[in-house]
Amino acid sequence: MLSHKHLLGIEDFPREDIQNIIDTAFNFREVLDRPIKKVPSLQGMTVVNLFFENSTRTRISFELAQKRLSADTVNFSASTSSLKKGEGFKDTAQNIEAMKIDAVVMRHPAPGAPKHLTEFIDAIVINAGDGTHEHPTQAILDMMSLQEKFGGIKDLNVAIVGDIDHSRVARSNIYGLVTMGANVTLCGPPNLIPDTIIDLGVAVNYNIDEVIEWADAINVLRIQRERMGIGLIPSEREYRKLFGITEERINRNKKEIVIMHPGPINRGVEIDSGVADSDQAIILDQVLNGVASRMSILYLLLGSKDGDMK
Amino acid sequence: MNNNIQIMSSKDISQKLIRISHEIIENHTDIGNVVILGIHNRGVPIADRIKELIFDITNINLPIGSLDITFHRDDFRERLSMPEIRGTDIHFSLDDKVVILVDDVLYSGRTIRAALDEINSFGRPSIVRLAVLIDRGHRELPIRADFVGKNIPTHSGEHVEVHLEETDGKEGVFLVKENN
Amino acid sequence: MKLKKLPKKLLFQNAELLDPIKKTNKKGNILLVNGKIADIGIFESPSDVKSIDCNGLTLTHGFCDLHVHFREPGNEDKETLESGSRAALAGGFTRVCTMPNTNPPIDSPESVSYIIEKSKDCPIYIHPIGAVTKGQKGIEISEMGLMNEMGAVAFSDDGLPIQNGLVMRKALEYSTMLGVPIINHAEDDCLRCEGVMNEGIISTRLGLPGNPNIAESTMVYRDLKLAEMTGARLHVPHVSTATSVDHIKHMKSNNNNITAEVTPHHLFFNDESLVNYDTNLKVAPPIRNDISRKAMVKGILEGVIDCIATDHAPHTLHDKETTFDLAAFGMIGLESCFGIVKRVLVDNEGLSLINLVELLTTAPRKIMGFNCDLLKVGTEAELVLFDSNEKWIFDNDNVFSKSINSPFYGQKLTGKIKYTISKGYISEIS
Repeated sequence: MLSHKHLLGIEDFPREDIQNIIDTAFNFREVLDRPIKKVPSLQGMTVVNLFFENSTRTRISFELAQKRLSADTVNFSASTSSLKKGEGFKDTAQNIEAMKIDAVVMRHPAPGAPKHLTEFIDAIVINAGDGTHEHPTQAILDMMSLQEKFGGIKDLNVAIVGDIDHSRVARSNIYGLVTMGANVTLCGPPNLIPDTIIDLGVAVNYNIDEVIEWADAINVLRIQRERMGIGLIPSEREYRKLFGITEERINRNKKEIVIMHPGPINRGVEIDSGVADSDQAIILDQVLNGVASRMSILYLLLGSKDGDMK
Repeated sequence: MNNNIQIMSSKDISQKLIRISHEIIENHTDIGNVVILGIHNRGVPIADRIKELIFDITNINLPIGSLDITFHRDDFRERLSMPEIRGTDIHFSLDDKVVILVDDVLYSGRTIRAALDEINSFGRPSIVRLAVLIDRGHRELPIRADFVGKNIPTHSGEHVEVHLEETDGKEGVFLVKENN
Repeated sequence: MKLKKLPKKLLFQNAELLDPIKKTNKKGNILLVNGKIADIGIFESPSDVKSIDCNGLTLTHGFCDLHVHFREPGNEDKETLESGSRAALAGGFTRVCTMPNTNPPIDSPESVSYIIEKSKDCPIYIHPIGAVTKGQKGIEISEMGLMNEMGAVAFSDDGLPIQNGLVMRKALEYSTMLGVPIINHAEDDCLRCEGVMNEGIISTRLGLPGNPNIAESTMVYRDLKLAEMTGARLHVPHVSTATSVDHIKHMKSNNNNITAEVTPHHLFFNDESLVNYDTNLKVAPPIRNDISRKAMVKGILEGVIDCIATDHAPHTLHDKETTFDLAAFGMIGLESCFGIVKRVLVDNEGLSLINLVELLTTAPRKIMGFNCDLLKVGTEAELVLFDSNEKWIFDNDNVFSKSINSPFYGQKLTGKIKYTISKGYISEIS
């Protein structure tokens, strides 16, 4: 069905697969509008949410998706102490698999951790975020939201603003959007955008006003407070002044651009409250599309016998 | 080598659907409480035609919706190719309604079972009835049709193909024999 | 591997005798009596002597590796002097220099003695390299004089860079009275930051923190200029960037006290191999992009880089079988070295076999002041016999280290070690 057995990243997913996932996700949106929001497709299947990093939103989104598909859900939150070398990772994974589960949704702070997981369990692995590497389900829901708003992704001007270097949301979105034919421009402090990133088929512009004028949609990344202090972002006020999506900037622009944000929002830092709550922002639609996208991914990955998959 | 025998012409199909529409009206004195749900793929244009025919006779526009049973199938795990999902479209509650399910061919009954399962997500109908253009027998579940266009007995090496203008660009019902 | 004591008399018959000093490769015999070379060349084979038919095989100096980690004392689960010796023999090496980053580090004459004593029983010659600073902390210089007396052949804080320029200068100055090289692991800690692989498009794609070229080249430059200023001997370990090679080339044009080494993995791999997060490719300095790799090849072909050294770094499964960020740095390299460098330099780049052997024998020995002339009557037999045409695939069976962290499994190689002779022992490597 899909060309890969696992969803480790969007990077090498072909266009057809991404489109299939998005189209199927729209069908699951319809299910989410029914009085009884459940289909029996994954009945009898067990999915483990293996979260080594705190994340209430993503985990709940996955859990809802699993339950709406009638799958059984098990949550496993590992404390940060078990992240020490070797401790827990392999053993935890193999223990879980010994209990005969079908899929693992994993979030881990180390890039490559879900790939590493596939080396010693047989179950299907879905990456819910591996450090600064990829967050493929976020990219899917973002693209689904764009398709919903614009009818398609090809030739759309999409800007991604923020700390690109440390953002898995940025990477996955870049891979997905470029594959689907969108024009992508990155904007943010130069020391947070790796110079090699243009090799991925994107443009870079440090002038946020130009970028806002150019874009059809803008994906605003969360500024992580840990990045301040180690010589990366001097202060919140400086960031807001130079890159903040402020009401003033948005109002100055004649075109009504679509505002996206993966959440949680730092109101008044990367984005003003007024903008986040405005009609142009589709942030809450993204949340609903998140459940639908995750249902689509679970359905398509789990819905076939082995043998057909890579 | 396939052997295609045409068993019904376009005119035959029309005649059957007219008869079914009359039967539906006959059976439901309170026609205003009836809703029609076509099952994708070909059940949808057939449901549309029945709705139009009923309007011609009674001047009443029955609510109509479509059902995609993909997510409710019981053979989910055996499918190896991408599912062709056309989507379910029901904009009204089914609570206390008389639901007429419409499909082109009734065979094992599993499609109807899935449709019944899916209907539950939209409310609790007072009655569910089934109208099919063709009943070819070989039920695997205790399911029967209430309104049947034509009964066509078949062997397991045969199947019935319904072609409609809306979906196939031509009209006719064919019995296809597969020679292995 | 079969390790046996050399018989009283042993004849290597009809071998291609490759002499890296005379730069010749001629058919001949070598007769060993009581572990020493008794006769070399074309002579009649004595009849009462055990012999090995070396038809089609090359017989030459045993290889010498300036840069290995044998983990003893402290991490004997990864490797010991004994197991490391076996790994060396399997790779054709008869002489190695061990790095001091053990636990505790080799930073005193007592710890140097420990290595010297323990290695007496080992079937290869092991020379300890002492730490430059006490505890390898990079602050106070260690008792280099006493350590040298006990047998330390060079000084290095390998694994850790000597970050403080003043300490490096003082260490270099101090070493001039001993005449041995200082070997600094050149990586600016700050620029390197949390980098776990080469900074480039691959690290960007993988989302892994990158270690930029400039972290190495700036410190190499600093070390070279300090060496120039102090007149000391500097040996640059595991060079990995083109700019480093340029700096070294420039400095060498009027300074004879500079030498450099490169590892087989920096000649063979580029960072594209890391796309699957293979922790066996996690090394320090990191495996760079192909432009850098080609510069390393060019550097060694042009003689800017003097020799090959494996940086054999064994780690347990526990240390490597984990997520990339947490995995230990390093790979084993003794057993795969010859096959790999032959493939890159001889098979692919057309370097002559004689030149390759020089890079593994006379060049490293010269740097450390070891006797180079091993094909001489009267010398202790320190030889390796290899088949330069034998095709083989590097596999688990070829590893004799206690650890198995190698990225070379499955590589098709041409050129296999058959026998290694050293310290009165002969090892049959099969």
